[in-house]
Amino acid sequence: MDIKYFIQPAFLLLTVTLLTPPAGRYLFRVFEGKIKIPGFIKAAETLIYRICGIRQDEEMNWKTYLWSVLAFNFAGMMLLFLLQIFQNLLPLNPQGFGSVPWDLAFNTAVSFVTNTNWQAYAGETTMSYAVQMSGLAVQNFLSAATGITVILALSRGITSRKSENLGNFWKDLVRSVLYILIPGSVIVSVLLMGQGVIQNFSQYLNVTTLEGISQTIPMGPAASQVAIKMLGTNGGGFFNSNSAHPFENPTPFSNFIEMFCILIIPAALTYAYGLKAGSKKEGWIIFGVMMFLLVSGFAVSIFSELSYNPALNTASLLEGKELRFGTVNSVLFSTITTDVSCGAVNAMHSSLSPLAGMVALVNIMLGEIIFGGVGSGLYGMLIFIFITVFIAGLMVGRTPEYLGKKIEALEIKMAIIAVLIQSAVILMFTAAASVLTQGTSSALNSGPHGFSEILYTFSSAVGNNGSAFAGLNANTVFYNILTGIAMLVGRFGVIIPVMVIAGNLGKKNISPVSAGTFRTDNYVFALLLTGVILIVGALTFFPALCLGPIAEHILMGQGVLF
Amino acid sequence: MKKLFVSIKLLLAMTLVTGIIYPFIIFAAGRLMFPYKTSGSLIERGGKIIGSELIEQNFDSTIYFHPRPSAVNCNPLPSGGSNLGPTSKQLKNISDSLEAVYVLQNGLDKNIHAPSDALFSSGSGLDPHISLENARLQSERISNARKFDEDKRKRLNELINSMLEKPQFGILGEPVINVLELNVELDKL
Repeated sequence: MDIKYFIQPAFLLLTVTLLTPPAGRYLFRVFEGKIKIPGFIKAAETLIYRICGIRQDEEMNWKTYLWSVLAFNFAGMMLLFLLQIFQNLLPLNPQGFGSVPWDLAFNTAVSFVTNTNWQAYAGETTMSYAVQMSGLAVQNFLSAATGITVILALSRGITSRKSENLGNFWKDLVRSVLYILIPGSVIVSVLLMGQGVIQNFSQYLNVTTLEGISQTIPMGPAASQVAIKMLGTNGGGFFNSNSAHPFENPTPFSNFIEMFCILIIPAALTYAYGLKAGSKKEGWIIFGVMMFLLVSGFAVSIFSELSYNPALNTASLLEGKELRFGTVNSVLFSTITTDVSCGAVNAMHSSLSPLAGMVALVNIMLGEIIFGGVGSGLYGMLIFIFITVFIAGLMVGRTPEYLGKKIEALEIKMAIIAVLIQSAVILMFTAAASVLTQGTSSALNSGPHGFSEILYTFSSAVGNNGSAFAGLNANTVFYNILTGIAMLVGRFGVIIPVMVIAGNLGKKNISPVSAGTFRTDNYVFALLLTGVILIVGALTFFPALCLGPIAEHILMGQGVLF
Repeated sequence: MKKLFVSIKLLLAMTLVTGIIYPFIIFAAGRLMFPYKTSGSLIERGGKIIGSELIEQNFDSTIYFHPRPSAVNCNPLPSGGSNLGPTSKQLKNISDSLEAVYVLQNGLDKNIHAPSDALFSSGSGLDPHISLENARLQSERISNARKFDEDKRKRLNELINSMLEKPQFGILGEPVINVLELNVELDKL
C-alpha cells in the first residue's frame, strides 16, 4: 500500500490533536468568563443584552434553561420557514427564485435549526442569496451555539455541588457566537477565499465556452457560509454538490482546512470538559475513545475502497469523487463528516464501496458521538458514559458514580430514552418507507443499494448528520415530512433527557473519592466505554445493515449487478 | 411567553450580526485581498470571459482535450454526481460505452485500458481536472486532428508536462491537469 494513504490522514489528525489543548483552553476560559476580549466585541455583547432585555446575572434551573432552548429554536424555525415562503418578496435574489414550497420549507427550516442540514433542495437553483446568508447561515451559527449551551448546562450539572443553577442560556448562546464561532469563521473564510472559494453578490454568469457552447456559472456569498458550515458541524452546502463543488472546495488545501474545521471544536470541547471536571485526563480519555473509533472506521473504509470491485472491474472507483482530492481524501472526508454530525461531503457517499458506505452509516447510527456535532457529540458521549458507569456498577455491585455524582434510576431512564428513541425512529421509519410505494419509488439504485439509500436517509436525519445516499429523491411530501419529524426527534429527543439529567445531577452532592470508587480516567474505562458503544450500536442495527451494505458487499464479490 | 419574546428579539439581533454584517465584511475582505478568486476565477480570452478555471466545461471536438464525463453534462445548474452505487448495472453500461468510445477516438491498442478518470464521473459533475495519463493518451489524437508536425508534437508533450499541478505542499491531494487551461494553451501552440 502506498505511503500517501497514511501521510495525509496522519497529518490531519496530528494537527487536530496538537491544537486540541490550546483551543480547549480558550473555550474553557470563554465560558468561565476569564477571557480578555477586544472592546468592540464586548460592547456588541452588552448592546445585544440591553436590546433584548437579557439580565446577565440571571441563573437558570434546568426547566428555565430547557424552555429557553426550546423557545429560541422554535422561533428560529418559524423565521426560517417564513423567509423561504416569502423569498420572492425579499432582496438579493438576482435569479428571481420563487417562494419555496411549504413541505420543502418546513423540512429545510427543521433541518437547519436542528444542526442537521439535510438538503432536499439544490442551493444554486432554489435559494436566493438573502435566504442563504440571512436565513440558512444564521442557523448554522445558532444551531451550533445551541449545542454548546446544552453541553455547558450538562457539564455544570455534573460538576456543581447541590445547586439548581445551570447558567444562563442567553449569555451562553451569545458568547458562543461572538467569542468562538464568528472569530473562527472570519479566519476560515479568508483562508478559503485565498484558495478560490467565491464570495460575491453578482448575477449568475452566462459565458460562451472555448467550444462555443453556452454555460451558466452560479455565483454567491459562498465563503462566509462554507466557513461556518464546517466549523459549526452543520454541513449544509451552498451548492448542491456541497464540498465536492469546485467553488466550495477548490483545492486539496481548502479540503484540509474544511476537514480540520469539522473536527476542531468537538475535539476542543473534550479538553475544555476535562478542565471543567478538574482532571484533564477525563477529557483525554473521551478524546482517545473518539479518536480510536475514528481511526478504526477510516481503516475499514480505505481498505474497502482500495479493494478490487469485480462487478465493475475496477479498484478505487472514481465515480462520485473529485480528482484533486483522490481516493484517500474522499474517504477520510466521508469518515470524518459522519463521525462528526457534519454531513458536508466532498465525494458522493452513494458511490462509495459498500463497506466504506457502511462505515459512514454506522458512524451516524452510533448516535454521532465520535467527536460528534458541536456540543451534541459530547453530551451524546456522556449519555454512553452514564450507561457504561451503570453497567460497571452492576458488575461490581456498587451504586454507580460518575465524578462523585451518584448515577441513579432517573439518570439511567433518561439516558436509555435518549438512545432508544433514536434507534426506534431510524428503524421504524426505514421499515415504513421500505414497504410503501411513496418510500420505494424515490430510490435510484436497485437491489440492496436501494434499501441502503432509505436506511441512510433516516439515519442521517435522526443523527442530525445531513449527508445522504443522494440517489434517493427526497424532495417529496412523504420524505420532507418524515425526515422533518425524524430530525426533530433526533435533536430534541436527546436534548430534553440530557437537560433532565443535568438538573437532577446538579442537585446531588459530590461524594469523595475512595478506594472503592470506579475510576473513569483510565484505560479500563476507555475499553469498557468503547465496548458499550459498539455493542449497543451493533445489536440494534446489525440486521438492517445485513440487508443493505453487507448484502451488497457479498454480492459485489460475486460480480452481481443490479 | 416572555422567553419567546426574548427569543424573537435575540434572533433578529443575531440575524443582523451573523446574517448581514458578517457576510458583508467577508465580501469586503475578499474584494480587497482576492478579487480574482472571490469573483469566480474567471478566464478571459480576447476581452471575453470564456469560463472559470474551476468549473469543467464540455469539449467534444477532436482538436481539444476532453474532460471527465459529467453526470450533469457540465451544466452547473445544479451540480451533482450520478449517485450510482458500486453494483449498478447502469454505471457498468455507461463506463463500458465510454471506454469503447475513448479507445476508438484515441486510436488506442485493444490491450490498453482507458484511464479511470475518463470513465467515471465526478461528485460535482464540474471537476475541472484530468489525470496526466489521460492527457497523454489524448495527445496523439489532438496532434493528428491539428496536423501538427514533429516539432509541435514535442511541444505539446512538453506543455502537458508543464501543466501538471503537483500535490500542494508536496503532500496534499493528487497530481492533476486543468483541462480548460490546457486547452487555452493548446490554442496558442
